[in-house]
Amino acid sequence: MLFLILGAASCAAPFLSLAANRIVVGEGVALWRAAPVQHSAPALFLLGLGLLLGLLQSRPVLRVAGAVLSLAGLFWLLSMGAAALLADAGRYARVSPAAGFWCLLVICALLLADALSQLQPGPRTRAAALALTLLCVAGLLKAGLLSDLSIAQEFAPRKAAVLDAFIRHLWLAFGSLGLAALIGLPLGVLCHRHSRLREALLPLLSFLQTIPSLAMFGIMIPLLGWIGTQFPAAQAIGIAGIGFAPAFLALVLYSLLPVVANTVAGLESIPPAVRDAARGIGMTTWQRLFRIEIPLGLPVILTGLRIVLVQNTGLAVIAGLIGGGGFGTFVFQGLNQTATDLILLGALPTVALAMVAAIVMDILIEITQPQRGSET
Amino acid sequence: MIEIDGLSKFYDNKAAVDAVSMTVETGTITVIVGTSGSGKTTLLRMINRLETADAGEVRIHGEATDSLAPHLLRRRIGYAIQGHGLFPHYTIARNIGAVPALLGWPEDQIRARVDELLSLFSMEPAQFRDRYPAELSGGQQQRVGVARALASRPDLLLMDEPFGALDPIIRARAQDDLRRIQRALGSTILLVTHDMEEAIRLGDRIAVMDGGRLVQHGSPTGIIRNPATGFVAEMVGGVERPLRLLSLLPVADIVEPGTAPGEAIAPTTNLRDALALCLWSGRDALPVQTDDGRAARVTLKAIRAQAQGPG
Repeated sequence: MLFLILGAASCAAPFLSLAANRIVVGEGVALWRAAPVQHSAPALFLLGLGLLLGLLQSRPVLRVAGAVLSLAGLFWLLSMGAAALLADAGRYARVSPAAGFWCLLVICALLLADALSQLQPGPRTRAAALALTLLCVAGLLKAGLLSDLSIAQEFAPRKAAVLDAFIRHLWLAFGSLGLAALIGLPLGVLCHRHSRLREALLPLLSFLQTIPSLAMFGIMIPLLGWIGTQFPAAQAIGIAGIGFAPAFLALVLYSLLPVVANTVAGLESIPPAVRDAARGIGMTTWQRLFRIEIPLGLPVILTGLRIVLVQNTGLAVIAGLIGGGGFGTFVFQGLNQTATDLILLGALPTVALAMVAAIVMDILIEITQPQRGSET
Repeated sequence: MIEIDGLSKFYDNKAAVDAVSMTVETGTITVIVGTSGSGKTTLLRMINRLETADAGEVRIHGEATDSLAPHLLRRRIGYAIQGHGLFPHYTIARNIGAVPALLGWPEDQIRARVDELLSLFSMEPAQFRDRYPAELSGGQQQRVGVARALASRPDLLLMDEPFGALDPIIRARAQDDLRRIQRALGSTILLVTHDMEEAIRLGDRIAVMDGGRLVQHGSPTGIIRNPATGFVAEMVGGVERPLRLLSLLPVADIVEPGTAPGEAIAPTTNLRDALALCLWSGRDALPVQTDDGRAARVTLKAIRAQAQGPG
């Protein structure tokens, strides 16, 4: 019911916005006037029908179908509306989605998420749903259905740069996670074994975490700059005050606390009787670590890695400020040029990347949960 | 034969276990009884070196336990604890086969041993082999815990309050199972408990510990009849002493010729149950089954004579 009311309310807000060029503020266009009636009528019908299906609380399958239908209607309207509006406008005109579209998108997505969680899908189904969603988005983009939108027009001349930024962003987010895991997991195991090391290390890592990200990047600049000038060998492998290296290092430092703390928590979550039994039956320290402690602590450890991955995907945007590359480059360019579409070109893929990473990690965490049966 | 020789453990210069010496015969159950803080668990854990002894040594078949690396020693000694400590991510079969796998037994030999043990504990192998511990009831989990401890046919089985987490009915059944399986396999068992009832039910020998010292070590009847200290007398339970004594003796010991009304009882029935039957049915004597069909009976008077304390 909530979704339907919100959906109806969002119809009042402008659906698309038409501007004379990429800088000026656009004028809102209402939902029903966005496209010629032969397109808008069936699209609106789909949207309404989908939201109505969403009302059937007891039929989650129909609710999923409803969410998919309304999403289809929404994008149809967006695609057709953009094309129709541009046809009558000037050469530099830009059409972008406005508040109405974003609200409806969020409502449909929430409906979909709510209906899907009602179905309680297993990890395999969720992975399949994610893959299907990604395929649909890719298909939508590939088919050029959204190429009339302003953000696509920002993308067109920057194709190579966007791909480059994507790869750089992945390196920043996943590379720093990898290095942090490589350092943090053994540190976590050591902290678990030696309480004195834990008492010294965890506060230090917590302190690192409290440094604001901009300040952290700032600290890296003179530090690595000095190293770069003092040691030519370091400079040769790309260590300098600005660029990839300081951004990467800052992200690794941020990642250490969640990785180490969750490794310790994961190992500590193992019941004392299990630990005692593992020792008592004659497992060596290493056998206990790899056969008992890590497998049983894995869900908590992976939760730490998930936090890091989502956090770093977002934080890597700030790396754009010190020449670290990634999607942040477009965000800051856009901010400088007051070009909202360019900001979105950096922000939307970042959000999508973080969401996909979070869902994939959630699926992994669920797979590694120890077997559970009926409690008696 | 397991020899414990002057074993001691100190915490902050205070003896948790104070120069304990005793000998455990092969193929018997010795139960170590004591209140919490008596040092009984520490004593047990020093035998498989989960705790290091500050003085003294343990010899298994004449071989000192500190001549082996601790993890190798522990693979030779079964270990079962309260709350079972099963590995939640291992199937029942992998749990039971854990020690043989550590010892490098071949795959098919482990599988055969697992099935053998499951059957021994009245659990259908095909039904339980591939399940996970969380899918089992508390009593079943506990049986798997004991099966795991027995899997590699260890020289010695250490059990630390193995039945502590079970309700009374399941516990009694588990105790009977353990007794039956110990008899069948001829295992040597050292079991720690705070429950004297359990000690009397299970023990061939009972060792009573108090304040880190071994205060008495002997047969259950010996300990009930002649408690060495006031503490032991309290442990064997003032008013219940005669009944506990009777529970250890079979009717066969005091059977006499003669007739009595009612249905005949088995000669293996213990005297406590026979007494209860007399009192409940208001009879002075009960008929006892015999092999050759001759009339035999046990009288209330004879039972009473058995329950009488010294002096």
